[in-house]
Amino acid sequence: MDQQTSDKLRLIVGKENYFDSQEDKLVYSYDGTPVYRHLPEAVVFPNDDEQISQILKLANQEKFNVVPRGSGTGLSGGAIPTDNSVVIVMTKWNKILEIDPNNLTATVQPGVVTGILQKEVEKIGLFYPPDPGSMNVCTIGGNVANNAGGLRGLKYGVTKNYVLGVEMILPNGELLKTGGKNMKDVAGYNLRDFIVGSEGTLGVITKVLLKLIPKPTQTITLLIFFDKIIDAGKTVSDIISSHIVPSMMEFLDNTTINCVEDYTHIGLPRKSEAILLIEIDGRGSIVQEDAETIRKIAVKNNASALKGAADEAEANILKTARRSAFSALARRMPTTILEDATVPRSELPVMIEKVSKAAKMFDVTFGNFGHAGDGNLHPTCLTDERDIKGLDNAHRAFDFIFNEAIKLGGTITGEHGTGLAKKHFLEQVAGPAGVDMMKKIKIAVDHNNILNPGKIFTISPKCEGSMPTKREQIKDFNV
Amino acid sequence: MSKEVKYKELIKVLPHDDILQQCMHCGMCLAVCPTYDLTKMERSSPRGRIAMIKSVARGEMEMSRTFADEMNFCLDCQACETACPAGVKYGQMVETARVVVDETEYVSKFNTFLKRFLLRRFVASRFGLKFVSRLLWLYQKSGLQKFVRSTGVLNIISKKLNDAEKLSPKIADRFSDSLIPEMIFPKREVKKKVAFHYGCLMNTMFADINLDTIEILKECGCLIITPKDQVCCGSLSGHNGDMDFALRQARKNIDAFEKHEYEYLISNSAGCGAFMKDYAHLLKDDPEYSEKAKIFSSKVKDITEYIAEQKPELQFELNKNLGKVTYHDACHLAHAQKVVNQPREIIKKLAGDNYTELEEANWCCGSAGIYNVVRYEDSLKQLERKMNNIKNTHAKIVLTGNPGCMGQIKHGAEKFNVDVEVLHPVTFIKRMIKSKT
Repeated sequence: MDQQTSDKLRLIVGKENYFDSQEDKLVYSYDGTPVYRHLPEAVVFPNDDEQISQILKLANQEKFNVVPRGSGTGLSGGAIPTDNSVVIVMTKWNKILEIDPNNLTATVQPGVVTGILQKEVEKIGLFYPPDPGSMNVCTIGGNVANNAGGLRGLKYGVTKNYVLGVEMILPNGELLKTGGKNMKDVAGYNLRDFIVGSEGTLGVITKVLLKLIPKPTQTITLLIFFDKIIDAGKTVSDIISSHIVPSMMEFLDNTTINCVEDYTHIGLPRKSEAILLIEIDGRGSIVQEDAETIRKIAVKNNASALKGAADEAEANILKTARRSAFSALARRMPTTILEDATVPRSELPVMIEKVSKAAKMFDVTFGNFGHAGDGNLHPTCLTDERDIKGLDNAHRAFDFIFNEAIKLGGTITGEHGTGLAKKHFLEQVAGPAGVDMMKKIKIAVDHNNILNPGKIFTISPKCEGSMPTKREQIKDFNV
Repeated sequence: MSKEVKYKELIKVLPHDDILQQCMHCGMCLAVCPTYDLTKMERSSPRGRIAMIKSVARGEMEMSRTFADEMNFCLDCQACETACPAGVKYGQMVETARVVVDETEYVSKFNTFLKRFLLRRFVASRFGLKFVSRLLWLYQKSGLQKFVRSTGVLNIISKKLNDAEKLSPKIADRFSDSLIPEMIFPKREVKKKVAFHYGCLMNTMFADINLDTIEILKECGCLIITPKDQVCCGSLSGHNGDMDFALRQARKNIDAFEKHEYEYLISNSAGCGAFMKDYAHLLKDDPEYSEKAKIFSSKVKDITEYIAEQKPELQFELNKNLGKVTYHDACHLAHAQKVVNQPREIIKKLAGDNYTELEEANWCCGSAGIYNVVRYEDSLKQLERKMNNIKNTHAKIVLTGNPGCMGQIKHGAEKFNVDVEVLHPVTFIKRMIKSKT
């Protein structure tokens, strides 16, 4: 980026909000995704809508890219800078603007941390269910951009089920307001649901209106241990087919159990092949009855032990332990590549088998855990990014897993997003017509492809100027 | 040595790539980092600092003023270590980085000199510290302090000096090491043999806490050995870039205690306890001391940890007019030593329903060793947050197990007008105990 452009940027946001030191570029070159990193040209912290609008207009004029970012905990590379890019950091936009107890809604700035919002609404008996593993760090803006899921997705759905409205600055600098406090609204295209999960490619989110629900009054948390992984799979299927919908049903394999135990010291049995962490919530005696049915199903499927959390504090310890699984696996190896292939729930036991098969075929180690209840597994490859051969094996193992998931009617990503990490598989799931439509929409909204380009899919360069005659003349375009 | 060679030698001190690589940049640490919370900027976060250290260690990035500033902006509270599922040893990384930046032109030579001079000559040298303490004591008792504070004369000379003056702890009338004999027997039969490390701040500024600790250990049936040739644990130097000196102190302490037979080494200062537990790691490459350090460190216990584990038969008098009691986790107890439940267990037993959990109890108060002296303004922001949380509990007494935190919170109570008494848990136990005479 030339001096003139950076001067203009500095003028827009003020010099105290503009950073281009080597340190600042470095620390915004990564997010939570392993292996991927790329230095931006500059980092800015805009103060208001108008500044964001001006930055995007400037980007169109001066042809630089813009990458929006929250806390940087994403796992598909959505916030990794691209070539010639400026990162817009939204972490300072962290105000809860309104909690409306009459309409059961919350209006928040995009930098509000998910866990903090949950605590605030729970103080008045309300509930915001989406709870990604990183909920104490990640922001609502990032959650909306990636349609984040979480442990409670099984019963309560994911972020898209709670977004009522969004305000964002479009790539041309205009402000878009869509949605509102109405529970029903079918005026025109459903732009709101289209924005949710667009991974920062269609606009910079500046305000979000969320739906809240009453907080369940009763919760039972169970921990069930199994000597055989297959029995855990069967238990999950049986619970679902007996028409019980727990609020969460989490699975951890032996490798994950051991790493989590190393971190938490809460006494998980290190020899168990699998653990299911199940939570049932609701009102009245039904919660108790469901818990009893689950107990019976577990016993029938050879559960080796069963433990109930004594109180809310203990339940929280168990859930926190589960949320630490991904990072705890890094105790074994420094690079943990986590994917979130998802299959229809009935195929879960098959998918668990396929992951074990991939580990053997490609000589890699997996820690496997995930949201068993909704078929959303997190097979995590334990490797070292400095080991080229190992990394290559990991990628081949994931190719295999993705292909198997698709064959089972599944998808390449349940909740982490496509980003950089999975864009090469997108066509297999979405189909050529699907990807083509996505690209057309993207270009219609973002003419010059300046906003988070190269994420989800790659848009081929437009044919302009004279034909190159030598290979060196061909420039990389948004790889 | 050319500048380039010197630089290469210098960055060799940074941790090995394998250790730095352990951080898989998931960002779980961001939620608990007090400096990230202030700036909301990645460079002020543990994840950001590790990325910078890694880049410098690999020779991909040169050190700069920003780098040095961020290393010293860190409180080293190690809350991130508690939050890190991957078990990254962030504290050690930032401490070695401080050793390195202190050698660069980005940290003023005067500051480095002052830090070392103060920590080596005064804090770590018993005579130096006693001398300064006596002067401070005279200053406080003679009425000079009252005069200085009422006229605000220091503020005219130097703002920094004025800030430091406010932080100066109240000096005890007597130092504890002169009052504690080398061997003390319990009143009744000997149940355990323990050794006692009296610290340097505890010895001079909070001597009464040391005496209370001895009293309680006696009640617990302990034979207490307090070697006269023990020295400062070296933690303040170690955390502030002077590791050479800290290791020398470690070896001296190992020698001093090795001569005695004891089961546990009791410390009542979270910072000292944490550092002494870390001797094993710090001296792991020392052929002569590595084994000895391992044994030494394995015996170190915080006083609350000891009481909670040994469950001595102490009799307490329940006081109904106690008022609300709360507890602030010293970082070096909660995060460095992972002693969290033990003190609460004891306090809950003593205070009953009067115990109230403090919101963000394990959030750093800003004391952080000598941070509150060298970065007063930054530390004040953390202190204000802490005092607000304390105010919200309506507690009459706040307990905490580290002299640094005690001094800081006492200062906070004055500055932010919070009516609360700051006590060490042992003092609280001492008050509540019914002595079996």
